[in-house]
Amino acid sequence: MKQFEFPEISRILTPILARHGGDASRLLQVLLEVQDVCHFIPSEAIDLIAAHFGVPRVNVEGVVGFYSFLSTRPVGEYRLLFSGNITDQMLGKDELMQYLCNKLWVEPGKVSEDGLVSIGSTSCTGMCDQGPAALINGWPLTKLDHNRLDLIAELIRSRKPVADWPAMLFEVVDNIHRGDVLLGQPFEPGAAIRATLARGAKETLVEVDKSNLRGRGGAGFKTASKWSLCHAAIAEEDGGVICDVGGHPERFIVCNADEGEPGTFKDRVLLNSYADLVFEGMTVGARVVGASKGFLYLRGEYRYLLQQLEAVLKRRREAGLLGETILGQADFSFDIEIHLGAGAYICGEESALIESLEGKRGRPRNRPPFPVTSGYKGRPTVVDNVETFACAAKIAEKGAAWFAAIGTAQSTGTKLISVSGDVARPGIYEYPFGVTVSQILDDCGAEGRPYAVQVSGPSGTTISWKEFDRKIAFEDLPTAGALMVFRRKRDLFQVAQNFADFFAHESCGFCTPCRVGTELQKKIMSKIASGYGTASDLEELKRLGHILKTMSHCGLGSSAANPVLDILEKFPDMVESKLKAFAFKPAFDLDGALATARTITGRDDDWAHL
Amino acid sequence: MSEQSDRSPHPIPLPQAGEGEAVSPAGDALKKIRIATCSLAGCFGCHMSFLDIDERLFGLIELVEFDRSPLTDIKRCGPCDVGIVEGGVCNAENVHVLKEFRKNCKVLVAIGACAINGGVPAMRNNIDLWDCFQEVYCYEGGLECGQIPNDPELPLPFDKVHPISEVVKVDYFLPGCPPSGDAIWKFLTDLLNGREPKLDYEQLHFD
Ligand SMILES: Cc1cc2nc3c(=O)[nH]c(=O)nc-3n(C[C@H](O)[C@H](O)[C@H](O)COP(=O)(O)O)c2cc1C
Ligand code: SF4
Ligand code: SF4
Ligand code: FES
Repeated sequence: MKQFEFPEISRILTPILARHGGDASRLLQVLLEVQDVCHFIPSEAIDLIAAHFGVPRVNVEGVVGFYSFLSTRPVGEYRLLFSGNITDQMLGKDELMQYLCNKLWVEPGKVSEDGLVSIGSTSCTGMCDQGPAALINGWPLTKLDHNRLDLIAELIRSRKPVADWPAMLFEVVDNIHRGDVLLGQPFEPGAAIRATLARGAKETLVEVDKSNLRGRGGAGFKTASKWSLCHAAIAEEDGGVICDVGGHPERFIVCNADEGEPGTFKDRVLLNSYADLVFEGMTVGARVVGASKGFLYLRGEYRYLLQQLEAVLKRRREAGLLGETILGQADFSFDIEIHLGAGAYICGEESALIESLEGKRGRPRNRPPFPVTSGYKGRPTVVDNVETFACAAKIAEKGAAWFAAIGTAQSTGTKLISVSGDVARPGIYEYPFGVTVSQILDDCGAEGRPYAVQVSGPSGTTISWKEFDRKIAFEDLPTAGALMVFRRKRDLFQVAQNFADFFAHESCGFCTPCRVGTELQKKIMSKIASGYGTASDLEELKRLGHILKTMSHCGLGSSAANPVLDILEKFPDMVESKLKAFAFKPAFDLDGALATARTITGRDDDWAHL
Repeated sequence: MSEQSDRSPHPIPLPQAGEGEAVSPAGDALKKIRIATCSLAGCFGCHMSFLDIDERLFGLIELVEFDRSPLTDIKRCGPCDVGIVEGGVCNAENVHVLKEFRKNCKVLVAIGACAINGGVPAMRNNIDLWDCFQEVYCYEGGLECGQIPNDPELPLPFDKVHPISEVVKVDYFLPGCPPSGDAIWKFLTDLLNGREPKLDYEQLHFD
């Protein structure tokens, strides 16, 4: 691997830094570009970047260390990261990864000796309906099989630039199998903004309120309440109101497109094919709360959408739907900037997302204050999910009564469900709220007899076949949109173990109950999986689960035990069948752990064995 | 220990009174509680901290007697009420000692960060065992003139240092590096009085 000398690094950095300007909130975006060019963040670059933004070097190092797509040591010129979600695993990810490693003479998690290639795993890349999936230098590869890996190995060995690889490797499809009011009806860009301007901002807030729209990102907070709290909030500094360029109190609209929850991929489809609807919802929100600036926080895994999204923004500016004096309205300016994430699930948590937008490590803030009063740079900020904004646009266009007539009393409208796992037709299904799980299973062609379903990803709920008549709704089964199906004979313990690994990997490390708790949970699960589990380990898992739930700083930690506790409660025999003994057993092979020392010392006496 | 607090207590069955044994202040003859202690992969810091209970040792010695322990120089552990283990498991001999403790002690306590998590010795877990041996014995300035010792009397090291709870079942964890004398005292007196041991926050935080 080429070592960068100082002059060269500054030659690389100067244009990047000039393009991003001096605001430290650009730090993460700068680092992503440097990683792209150099395949790591050289130490000299850290010095230069720190000096450029006027921040201490440790701040920059802290950010580099936090995000999994950044590294301080060179990764391969070709960096291939296999998506590690359970759905990819069920489609053979482990074997495929080993196959490619063997072909390219590289160990998983390492860089090949010539620096050409590195192969590893990453958390769910949001391609669960077309897996096994991977990222090559940030670009998504789908439907991997041995043939495709043969081709990829060939392309890497011949050092063909990724930009010149055959397009079919990168094909990502929407797989919409059921559309309703969001996906199934045409939308005329500008319609919602026109309706909002005609009705008035206040009246539009009343409409959103009456529609009873609740957030689609998981927590289900009432959107109108959030918007009106933000509208009422004002940030002050030295006794004066902080204003935007137009002289209005500064507020922000943020669209949460981090979509990190394994098994969820509906925001990807919305952004790919319904971006106008989403941006329009943000613009309506901006009019209602009085914001002049918005951000789309796009997860790093969806970077391939960046260019086309920028094109949509450009088109909307040209059409007068974004920018200064929107649709000729003198007092209405609003523009949207896209920020990229860099492989951190925690950045989907709204306050961590805001930290990340500010260019920092994605560490959840103490709340209160909530983002609606003190968010991005301390200004009142609305953070809503992609789908929430799409719904808001529809409500602005068609009115509250129309929307509230769909769904159930507490859950109005429709929900996009990302279906994956053991089904004939994985993909996106839009249903009115209140649909039963068994209805969805019928529609997607669940194979054989479905046995368990993971609703709303690892942080959600595992339900057994006895519960399939439960309803998708805030009253019963709330969901951020993921639905993973497991047929009979699937090893549900392996599923829970995959999720435990996920949480241990994604814990941001800020608070001890989660940092240590998720790691202990992972360790015990792995102990049980390798045949060293005992009954007392199950008790320990329950105790740990209680600590995680009650003591964690944010939602990641407090839901990290859900899949483990669910399987213990609902499928105890799946766990107990893994236990070799009910009495205590050591957690590892005692004699085996002496083998290295036996080799080194050449000993084989009685005392060298256990 | 805190994470164990919702466990049912382990009252130590009060021993029968017998001739020639300690007499409690009330005049009843009581069999003393028998305690064993040892240090595996530890620094003896936890034992030193135990001595920090100072003059309270005199009161304690009225109630307890020591089996294997650095205080007695008894080499093998016999039947005991309480076993207190400092340090993690880094070699085969540690396993023999630990298993002997578990077999003989009604209540087994892991004391200190090393016993609970591996602690300082576990810092070698990130280093390959081959590299450890080479650094210590083979490189210039090494200990054994370039030879790796292979005497059967020497305990054979594991690939990694393990918490003792990965090798035997542990009843109580007393955290700290080392736990303060006060924490040890509170823990022991709770245990001796048949109470569920519980440490106050002040005895658990170290900043
Ligand atoms: C660990 C964690 C991850 C989250 N990830 C996401 C996410 O990827 N997308 C999202 O919209 N909300 C996510 N959320 C929820 C957000 O914090 C926030 O509630 C949501 O963006 C609010 O939008 P809504 O009201 O439209 O649902 C996450 C929360 C937690 C605790
Ligand atoms: S609960 Fe986990 S993810 Fe959340 S702040 Fe604590 S360590 Fe970070
Ligand atoms: S816990 Fe601390 S004091 Fe006790 S043995 Fe380990 S290093 Fe020494
Ligand atoms: S300082 Fe290390 S866990 Fe608190």
